[in-house]
Amino acid sequence: MEPMSTSRRNFLRLVGLGVPAAAALAACSGSSPSQTGAGGGSGGSANGAATYWFLTGQPQQGIREDTVKRFNAANPKTKIATTEFQNDAYKQKIKTAIGAGKAPTIIWGWGGGGLKSYVDANQVVDLTDWFGENSEIKDRIFPAAFGAATVDGKIYAMPAETVTPIVMYWNKKVFDDVGVEPPQSWGDIMDLTPKFNAKGIAPFSLGGQSRWTNMMWLEFLFDRIGGSEVFQAVFDGEKDAWSNPAAIKALTEAQKLTKANGFVKGFSSITADSNADQALLYTGKAAMMLHGAWTYGSMKADGGDFVKGGNLGYMNFPPVDGGKGDPSDTVGNPGQYLSISSKSSKSEQDIAKKFFSTTVLDDTEIQKWIDSGNVPVVKGTREKLAAAPDKLDAAWLTFIYDTSSKAKNFAQSWDQALPPSAAETLLDNIAKLFQLSISPQQFAGNMNQVIAT
Amino acid sequence: MTYVAPPLAPADPKAVGSGRSGPVAWMALPALVMFVLFGVVPLVGVLLLSFTQWDGLGTIHPAGFSSWRSVLSDPGLLHALFVTFLIMFLSWAVQTPLAMLMGVFLAGRQRYRAVFAVIFFVPLLLSSAAIAITYKALLDPNFGLGPGLHLGILTQDWLGKPYLALGVVIFVVSWQFIPFHALIYQGGVMQIPASIFEAAEIDGAGTIRQFFSITLPQLKYTIITSSTLMVVGSLTFFDLIFVLTAGGPGDATRVLALDMYKRGFQANLMGPASVIAVILVLVGLGLALLLRRIGGSTTDSQLEGV
Repeated sequence: MEPMSTSRRNFLRLVGLGVPAAAALAACSGSSPSQTGAGGGSGGSANGAATYWFLTGQPQQGIREDTVKRFNAANPKTKIATTEFQNDAYKQKIKTAIGAGKAPTIIWGWGGGGLKSYVDANQVVDLTDWFGENSEIKDRIFPAAFGAATVDGKIYAMPAETVTPIVMYWNKKVFDDVGVEPPQSWGDIMDLTPKFNAKGIAPFSLGGQSRWTNMMWLEFLFDRIGGSEVFQAVFDGEKDAWSNPAAIKALTEAQKLTKANGFVKGFSSITADSNADQALLYTGKAAMMLHGAWTYGSMKADGGDFVKGGNLGYMNFPPVDGGKGDPSDTVGNPGQYLSISSKSSKSEQDIAKKFFSTTVLDDTEIQKWIDSGNVPVVKGTREKLAAAPDKLDAAWLTFIYDTSSKAKNFAQSWDQALPPSAAETLLDNIAKLFQLSISPQQFAGNMNQVIAT
Repeated sequence: MTYVAPPLAPADPKAVGSGRSGPVAWMALPALVMFVLFGVVPLVGVLLLSFTQWDGLGTIHPAGFSSWRSVLSDPGLLHALFVTFLIMFLSWAVQTPLAMLMGVFLAGRQRYRAVFAVIFFVPLLLSSAAIAITYKALLDPNFGLGPGLHLGILTQDWLGKPYLALGVVIFVVSWQFIPFHALIYQGGVMQIPASIFEAAEIDGAGTIRQFFSITLPQLKYTIITSSTLMVVGSLTFFDLIFVLTAGGPGDATRVLALDMYKRGFQANLMGPASVIAVILVLVGLGLALLLRRIGGSTTDSQLEGV
């Protein structure tokens, strides 16, 4: 019976070894992408045609497809082949593809820390000179959008698509029922909190399990209390930048609001990707919500007559009494970003540049973004936005345009601005801060270590 | 007249022995090739990567023991190990008795028990990710099962409190895998010869006495098999936890596999992630060997005298 027992032992060993390998394999497999266009190949040089990878999800997906289609119709000899990915799958896939030297010609991204890691690995083309030669393209785009496209003073991406700041939403009906006015300052927020709680309504909706949702609060508190230079110091890697007194005060205020039950009960169990946080606002279970401008469309679609009936109020984050920050400042996504892979051939790069200069953000694309309820990253669209057929949409779009264009400083979301390794630690510590399991000082200490390394 | 006994053993045992082992060794080849290709080669790769610095994008720099030092000095590793073993132990402790009872129950010959067996099997057919998404929706404190049925006890911050979240993970894991282990136990119970039970019944042993004196000892190897699968399998609880809690709240349910993924694919630190992968392999191997030891020699027969 000896061979039998040996083989069983081997089997067990195999089970033991196979486990992590299986886990690793599971982590690698994403959802299968869909390919269209000429010579589909996975990146690299697909017989002369440039390649372009981007995200699925309407209405953005349809607009991206349409822009490429129009370019290909106008340039039958130099076509662009597209491959589409679901959001989370794309984040892994693009990183792996770039690391393996199989990047598409045009890399769609979020700019900031992710772009910097591509730049550090010499994977993307420096577009500074190209923008210098084509200043008319640069001048059309919101200047604030270039911050996240710039690494060490050089531009590595073209800002594209839409601008989405984070705004404070409020439910007008709930405010009327309770008989209170929307907050004008951070002090008002703290005063409103017990009033809503007394009526059994959560003051703020929050999808805390997603972590970056909590982060939006800190982004505004840091800015309003200490000004934009507080986070800039972190971004620049200054020693002990998180221990700035303004930073500690902002972290303390965030915990104060948590302790005062400012956020909906059980917010750590709520995720943003299920839109449950938005549902709390439009069902009247929560009075206010701090969230990205991209939630307007989904609240309009899912919220019954909440948006259509004019019950949605919105404003920029109010100032903090005695704070140094400019109240016009905002944070969020200043744009989406298109880079060109440095591993692609000269002809592919030329196709991509032609695409950038002739078709990306042309009048047809701009109108499509506006029609879909978004504000494109180009200047001078205010009249077009105000002319939207639905009055409420027009008011919303001009509000976003004004917030974005008048912002003295439009900061990029922290998790996008920082390098991926720091962003992960940041999100971790933010979750713990809102759980009240670490103090502001511990938070600052943990984060200072990330800067030090 | 003399009675000639028929030969019990083959005339030439040597010839038969070599004839057997030839094709057996050859048949192991395809499995061996797969194992080397998908088991050993990646493992060596991971081991090498653990001594480097790589962000998954640029070039790979050799970094000596720096990744090992940073991971081993990180209190997060101890915590992840603790959570891993806690989930391993608790899910074993919850699943084993329930699966055994269910298996014994299902081993009965009645028709209705077969129907139950089919129903119990359903959770195993669902993907972990689908189960996690479903539970997440059911446990939502505002729109989930509790508020829907107006049951205060079900309206908890299930995934937001560290101990509740851990409990939810163990509950969902058990819900998913108890049917599988019940199936193993069912098979084990069916293997026990009916004559043992008959003899016990004649001796006057009741159902409970029979369970503890016959069923349980006879299931010894089934228990070891099932426990090995549970213990080693619990090292791979990744998909379910990733979707259900993403390791949260904070790091309350961050098991080793999740820690590896987060470091490698979210924080772009392939070196430290590889270190954790190596630790994961060692833990898995150690556990598998330990369980073999506890099981003792498998060549003894449990059916002597039957």
